[in-house]
Amino acid sequence: MSAITRDEVAHLARLSRLALTDEELDHYATQLGDIIESVAKVAEVAAEDVPPSSHALPLTNVFRPDEVRQSLTPEQALSGAPAVEDDRFRVPRILGEEE
Amino acid sequence: MTVETAMPYDEAIERFEPVLGLETHVELGTESKMFCGCKTTFGAPPNSQVCPTCLALPGSLPVANAKAIESTIRIGLALNCSIAEWCRFARKNYFYPDMPKNYQISQYDEPLCFDGYLDLEIDGETVRIEIERVHLEEDTGKSTHMGGSAGRIHGADYSIVDYNRAGIPLVEIVTKPIPGTGKLAPEVAKAYVTELREIMRTLGVSDVRMEEGSLRCDVNVSLMPRGGSEWGTRTETKNVNSLRSVERAVRGEIERQAAILAAGGRIVQETRHFHEDTGTTTSGRSKEEAQDYRYFPEPDLVPIAPDPAWVEELKATLPELPSVKRKRLQAEWGLSDLDMQAMHNADAIDLVEATVTAGAPPADARKWWMGELARRANESGRALADLPITPRQVARVTELVASGELNDKLAREVLEGVLAGEGTPDEVVDKRGLKIVSDDGELAAMIDEVLAKNADAADKVRSGKIAAVGALVGGVMKASRGKADAARARQLILEKLGVSE
Amino acid sequence: MSLIRKTAAELGAMIAAREVSATEVAEAHLDRMAEVEPQVQAFLHVDRETTLEQAAAVDARLRAGEQLGPLAGVPVAHKDLFTTRDMPTTAASKMLEGWRPPYDATVTRRLREAGLVILGKTNMDEFAMGSSTENSAYHVTRNPWDLTRVPGGSSGGSSASVAAYEAPLATGTDTGGSIRQPAAVTGIVGVKPTYGGSSRYGVIAFASSLDTPGPFARNVLDAALLHEAFSGHDPMDSTSIDAPVPSVVEAARNGDVAGMRIGVIKEFSAGEGAQPGVLARFNETVQLLESLGAKVVEVSCPSFETALPAYYLIAPSECSSNLARFDAMRYGLRVGDDGTRSAEEVMALTRAAGFGPEVKRRIMLGTYALSSGYYDAYYGQAQKVRTVIAREFEAAFHQVDVLVSPTTPTTAFPIGERVDDPMAMYLADLYTVPANMTGNAAISVPCGLADEDGMPVGLQIMAPVLGDDRCYRVGAAVERALESRWGGSLLAKAPAL
Repeated sequence: MSAITRDEVAHLARLSRLALTDEELDHYATQLGDIIESVAKVAEVAAEDVPPSSHALPLTNVFRPDEVRQSLTPEQALSGAPAVEDDRFRVPRILGEEE
Repeated sequence: MTVETAMPYDEAIERFEPVLGLETHVELGTESKMFCGCKTTFGAPPNSQVCPTCLALPGSLPVANAKAIESTIRIGLALNCSIAEWCRFARKNYFYPDMPKNYQISQYDEPLCFDGYLDLEIDGETVRIEIERVHLEEDTGKSTHMGGSAGRIHGADYSIVDYNRAGIPLVEIVTKPIPGTGKLAPEVAKAYVTELREIMRTLGVSDVRMEEGSLRCDVNVSLMPRGGSEWGTRTETKNVNSLRSVERAVRGEIERQAAILAAGGRIVQETRHFHEDTGTTTSGRSKEEAQDYRYFPEPDLVPIAPDPAWVEELKATLPELPSVKRKRLQAEWGLSDLDMQAMHNADAIDLVEATVTAGAPPADARKWWMGELARRANESGRALADLPITPRQVARVTELVASGELNDKLAREVLEGVLAGEGTPDEVVDKRGLKIVSDDGELAAMIDEVLAKNADAADKVRSGKIAAVGALVGGVMKASRGKADAARARQLILEKLGVSE
Repeated sequence: MSLIRKTAAELGAMIAAREVSATEVAEAHLDRMAEVEPQVQAFLHVDRETTLEQAAAVDARLRAGEQLGPLAGVPVAHKDLFTTRDMPTTAASKMLEGWRPPYDATVTRRLREAGLVILGKTNMDEFAMGSSTENSAYHVTRNPWDLTRVPGGSSGGSSASVAAYEAPLATGTDTGGSIRQPAAVTGIVGVKPTYGGSSRYGVIAFASSLDTPGPFARNVLDAALLHEAFSGHDPMDSTSIDAPVPSVVEAARNGDVAGMRIGVIKEFSAGEGAQPGVLARFNETVQLLESLGAKVVEVSCPSFETALPAYYLIAPSECSSNLARFDAMRYGLRVGDDGTRSAEEVMALTRAAGFGPEVKRRIMLGTYALSSGYYDAYYGQAQKVRTVIAREFEAAFHQVDVLVSPTTPTTAFPIGERVDDPMAMYLADLYTVPANMTGNAAISVPCGLADEDGMPVGLQIMAPVLGDDRCYRVGAAVERALESRWGGSLLAKAPAL
């Protein structure tokens, strides 16, 4: 029994916006299952009272002054865009909610 | 779309107790964006205020704007919050085309400010709104939906996106649930947002223009049957972008939910959209299929640990907050609660105060702003503050009245002239020739004419019916087209007719 | 001796003395590339004209009397993870095929300012995910020592280009060993500076809290010169350290280990899973250090072995979020936009088509580790491991000045051997990931050839945060002693291409 089911992989693929084929889902279910089993070792090491570290180094308070810097030109900003209309990025119709 | 029924408001309140929750987003008025140096000017040409960072180009990184952090802490302090000793930004992960990185840099379980409150005065009573948290995040870009019907997302063929707004610092202020407001719920919601707006203005952290979206409000409403103890399921109404709409959205949602509950239905936990045109809400995304935002600490930014001494200094240098100021001015100006409330509702307090500062007596300043100017604003559908007249100009008008150079009627004409763009009050007086005529020679000529035309009235006065002088003075005013000094004219008429009072 | 065999320091000195022009040096390397690229395939993008323009510009600056650094006019191969205005930047992914960034990475900008001449963009594992460069969406790069073997990864194009004398210097990025491991398996020097010592601005992010740009070179001094040229505080990177760059060049010139305390990590020298030839060279090198006057002690760091599983939770978690921006909306590939599909569908189709299998695997693994219900057990727990590792490092550095281990458990493996076995591939990072977890500086220097296969073995030297100079000092000592024993560099033993 794998640590992760095919349905779970399908859910992860949806969350990650990856349109996977059925074949890929099966393949990843096995591979991810193996990997997850193996990395689960982390549970054995750290005790309850160990604080987590999100960063490699304990830096704090790095800010920039509120100063304007040169922006890109609209041409530069749009230079890599797959589609442009009216100086804006043209994107396929958006599902979901209105802003 | 299903047509939803609504229960009349009074009946709804009789049967149910509303519980409110408000999430307010305020765009900070910083010069540059939250995590990059792009400008924040509203209305710039599309995609002209973007850079690798706010466009999320590969390789770009965020660096936090110090001013935005400071402003957020000042907002927290003004809302009586505790300030975190150490906190982090977090990534909120979800895909959406107007969000360039497909995660929003926000704060999750470590907000910069937390556990505060804001006291509101409503009908002479103090209502305390508990503040859960104040945190800092970034705004998204703006999509325009093309094809389909009238720019709506549903049925659109495609969209076009401008990222100028993406990355503008956004402060989110979240209340704790607010029970016990009863039928005042809509008013409380509106008063809360109004007060927040004034605090932001006083702090100078945002221009809080709801119509430009720099202050936006999400309204949570749930109902609990009277006498019940368990709160109902809540809905979250988004897109509420004016003070009046806040009130209407709460009221509308109470009426809608009450009708559903009374009919034995159940409330779906969902996001609803408010429509300014109809004042109603429609269903958006159901929250029951919960989003998994996979929050985690933002590794590209380091934690924030505000120096307590600095926080103390920010606290000590906060400006006088609006509620404190209102109490002080009310006492200074000697106004009743009712008068003060009326001025507050009309957004006139700051204007009156500025007018007083410019030299006008408080009563006069108030009279003009709440009278003639309020009427003019109302006629033209504008806010008082948006009228093209300055407090200094209003003060000058009161000065001219006090010195006898203008009377009230002339003063109104002067105001009209200023509003019409004819110049300063003095310029309008000159151009329109509005000075009071108090020169005895000029008045005498007019009086002679009036007496000649009104022999009956003149006789009545001569015979001791002094009250009849009013008609004669009126005649002089008419002849002078309102410019005569009425008191002096009266005096001269009586002298001429040989009558004394 | 031909120009391509010279060290970067020598080339820099010759160019500064006007004995040779930057253009001539660039041409010599471009010619070498033309000769060996068909076999090695280290580069994704080469543009002779752009390179020669850069060289000509440096020559002009020098003629005008401008004072440039010691590497002015020296060519460098640049990993395709750094943004470059004048060359495409793809991260070896189809997702970014042909993308021309409108901005230079900080490292790129500093290379240009120091007068280095960029020869081209080097191949790598897609988005820096891999240990063999086989995950490139474009082609496989071969190890110059044995063309049937991998050059390591993810910066395998960089290591191969330097080992094949196509470039005297190369840039790389090290997230879990992506500089040190390819350096070790190609017999060259590779350095992971202290995290925050070199800027990540303009480095296409894999795992933000781990990614560290660093240098490749054929000797320790050259690596130090390149390190110094592009490192240092960058206000565009919040995690950049606002402190002077450790004096790495001086340390590389010094190379004296007498009296230094050197800790051998017990858990990484016990031999479990390691190739005997690798261990043999490692042990000899430790003895060598002792003979040079260093004091060698054994140090136990029991949680270091858990660094690998923790790494394979943290790096995928961060990458799942970092790679979300590749969504077909603003740049890069767009697939399936037929006018009827929604943005959501186009995103999913594009990402399925544009990302390779390893990238997809890591994105899903990271999404899993961060999702509600699993966060505490996986991502949260991995972050605790990180704290434990930091404590063990701290304790160890109370006792010793540097820690040493083999850089990799095995020498370069054959192309294709581990492609379908992610777990085996991940093991290549076993010894290198602890330093990434805690931001420590580390270097890999060649320490001989394994008896079994005649392939290069690397020695890893780890130092405390901002102790990068110690890595160079010990590395230089090892290099000096071994080269005098070998009568030249290790690379001189490589078969001719």
